Amino acid sequence: MKEKELRGLIEDVKQGKLSRRAFVSHMVALGLTAPLAQQMLTYSGVAQAAAPSQYKPTKRGGGGALKVLWWQGATLLNPHFANGTKDQEGSRIFYEALAGWDPDGNLVPFLAASIPSLEDGTLARDGKSVTWKLKQGVKWHDGTPFTADDVIFNWEYSRDPATATVTSEAYKSIQVEKIDNFTVKVVFEKPTPFWADAFVGTRGMIIPKHLFKDYSGAKSREAPTNLKPVGTGPYKFAEFKPGDLVRGVINTDYHMENRPYFDSIEMKGGGDAISAARAVLQTGEYDYAWNMQVEDEILKRLEATGKGVTTITPGGNVEFISMNQTDPYTEVDGERSSLKTKHPSFSDPAVRKAMALLVDRKAVEDNIYGRTGVATANFLNNPERFRSKTTTYEFNIDKANKLLDDAGWARGSDGIRAKGGVKLKYLYQTSTNAPRQKNQAIVKAACQKAGIDIEIKSVVATVFFSSDVANPDTFPKFYADMQMYTTTMTQPDPEVFMGQFISSEAASKENKWLGRNAVRIRDQEYDNLFRAAQGELDPVKRAGMFIKMNEILVNTPYIIPVVYRPRVGVAVNKLHTSISGWDNDLWNLRDWYKDA
Amino acid sequence: MIPSLLGISVILFTVLAMAPGDPFDELATNPAIPPEVRQAIRASFGMDDPIYIRYLRWLAAMLKGDWGFSFASRVNVDVLIMQRLPATLFVIGSSQILALLVALPVGVISATRPYSIFDQIATTFSFVGFSLPTFFTGLLFILVFSITLDWLPFVYRDIHETGWRWYWGHLRQSIMPICVLGLFQGASWTRYVRSSVLDVIRLDYVTTARAKGLPERAVITKHVVRTALIPVVTLVALSMPAVFGGAIVTEQIFRVPGIGSLLIDAIIKNDTPVIMAVTFVFSCLVIFFNLVADILYGWLDPRISYR
Repeated sequence: MKEKELRGLIEDVKQGKLSRRAFVSHMVALGLTAPLAQQMLTYSGVAQAAAPSQYKPTKRGGGGALKVLWWQGATLLNPHFANGTKDQEGSRIFYEALAGWDPDGNLVPFLAASIPSLEDGTLARDGKSVTWKLKQGVKWHDGTPFTADDVIFNWEYSRDPATATVTSEAYKSIQVEKIDNFTVKVVFEKPTPFWADAFVGTRGMIIPKHLFKDYSGAKSREAPTNLKPVGTGPYKFAEFKPGDLVRGVINTDYHMENRPYFDSIEMKGGGDAISAARAVLQTGEYDYAWNMQVEDEILKRLEATGKGVTTITPGGNVEFISMNQTDPYTEVDGERSSLKTKHPSFSDPAVRKAMALLVDRKAVEDNIYGRTGVATANFLNNPERFRSKTTTYEFNIDKANKLLDDAGWARGSDGIRAKGGVKLKYLYQTSTNAPRQKNQAIVKAACQKAGIDIEIKSVVATVFFSSDVANPDTFPKFYADMQMYTTTMTQPDPEVFMGQFISSEAASKENKWLGRNAVRIRDQEYDNLFRAAQGELDPVKRAGMFIKMNEILVNTPYIIPVVYRPRVGVAVNKLHTSISGWDNDLWNLRDWYKDA
Repeated sequence: MIPSLLGISVILFTVLAMAPGDPFDELATNPAIPPEVRQAIRASFGMDDPIYIRYLRWLAAMLKGDWGFSFASRVNVDVLIMQRLPATLFVIGSSQILALLVALPVGVISATRPYSIFDQIATTFSFVGFSLPTFFTGLLFILVFSITLDWLPFVYRDIHETGWRWYWGHLRQSIMPICVLGLFQGASWTRYVRSSVLDVIRLDYVTTARAKGLPERAVITKHVVRTALIPVVTLVALSMPAVFGGAIVTEQIFRVPGIGSLLIDAIIKNDTPVIMAVTFVFSCLVIFFNLVADILYGWLDPRISYR
């Protein structure tokens, strides 16, 4: 679809000739995601209709206890220090952000009175500022009113290097101004298309100024409120045992009518994923369990008892295979996989293309992941608006053989292909995890038939994903030819996600292997597109750029996406959850309820 | 005692410092968190200093009674341990009492009537009991009593009711972990009690006691069992560390919020201060139980005295 036609359609929606919904479904049919379509409308000045709430209860409380099982329990309750999603989830029971992300990647106001938009001027046309109007009458759990000062304080707290917060990336390069008691203005250094990072979603939870103001910087660990959160959320803090238990009781002053439904919430930690699934699906001891890293076959068997169901929520996480662009066997200046080298065989596009043909993604989906890992051709899968429609994947050993034959990689007496003394022998590493080892076996078997010899290696996860400079087995060092792991996409905007393959992020000794680009891709076109997308304010053009970047990654190919991994949880039948792939599982806890 | 604790701490610290992985690796795969953030956190916790400096700092703080704080939760370690200790002591304590309640009578009766039907059955069961590891019996119990019969919950949680409901709730959720640990321990102790009593019951002084016309009951309880218990006490005291070890697995299966599950979590997260502290507590417990055994000897056998 041409840009002009698209603009025509948007105009139709503006004038009421075309319904919002029709527009969105039209776009979805074209391969854009609903959220992108929504964002296009928002950007073009079409007001966003409030999503119809599915919330049924007509009074606050009375729902008894909500018992949820987090097999990795929250270890701390200050969102700015969250080591992982488990800690964000624990904090999210008590703290709220200005807005959260719904399953379609749209913003839903929590502590904001409304979502900034172009037509009321709260979103600057030059993309350099955004004004948030705050909800009035919101009180912290201790009765203190919530104001713009709290919002400003969170910005100061998070960006202070001495505090060492994990959220600092969202706050360090913005300025926040107080307009009045209930209005704040976020000012960006340069035009910023993705303006909803600070104060939104997982990194946006707001902590109270009056309880934290004496504890920023080096003293941040001493704040008593780190362990006894005082937030604005639907549940008030009751009890916390790190790694074991987080308990909250109903906030009868909550700033939304009839919410919450439950009288208390208990988040129990510890154990393992399978027994957590059992406690929900088989015995019903718990109402909901998070992050079911369990084989789909087992989930299906547990579901058969009829007590609960698996909830599958699309997100952007993707399991992919990287093909090293540098030579892992030649040491240059004390480092292997140096940027000064080239991979002896992966530098040949034919070999990379053949490798992509040898990964049987469908078999991986069918035999290993089931509903919890869907075969994909794309690195960037969601939101749907960013998903490429032209990419395809194929498993074809004959075609791979032909590609290699044509490129001059002839089979030797040992059946392994070689050219100019370079053999197609690869070391393929991943973390120790049963599904990944099965995946490796599938790839190895196919490669054998194409005259490629694969040596499989698995590294303990704590080593593989560590930043230990002294250890040669970490994924950023990438002292292997191929490696496989899942990378997470935590925001509906792909900028951060796609940023992990720009040249300046390439991991090397110089940056202590802290660069996120472990594949060591250095593609001028990709870099240019990324730079352009960073400043492109037109969401349609910007989406096009990300789609193009994805195509560069998978068509060149530099990487081979295997399966994209939706969020998987389990819930008892009567429970109505509200889960989004772009925010925490508990982002909308206020809307959870149970049928009586 | 103090040198041994010091030695333990040096070895632990060095091994942990050299072990791969770091407490913030979860941040590594999250593209939204730049590596510099991780570096800043590591630096702020002093994790980039050389090992010996970290050890000396830890030791100096420990001597002042400061156990340090957990990297994962930023909570003081002593607070974490105090939160977890009651559950462990309750579960392990109860299971040991259960083990003794099973082992003593069964062992003694078996020994007084060797090769009777009762002895045969007891022997069979005790062999089955200590041959099956606790993680297996734990899962078996869950499968039978929670999933198939739906009688007992298998997630150990804090009970927030009051009065009899609190006791009832606690009883229901602790039966399985206590039985798993207690029966495993009781099974092997039964064998020791039996053989120990068998050794004593043939001695001349027992025959003398019988010849005096003492009732059989008095002979067994006053003369035989008291002597026979001496080696059993050593065994019970010295197997305490093993029990704590076994409890780690059981705590994990039933999600008992005890010190063992704290240790497992800490090991997974490479949370050095917590690992150090918990292993330290375990070492102290071992030494403490050795002391208890010594004191009990003196009471059981007046010939052994400490002057």
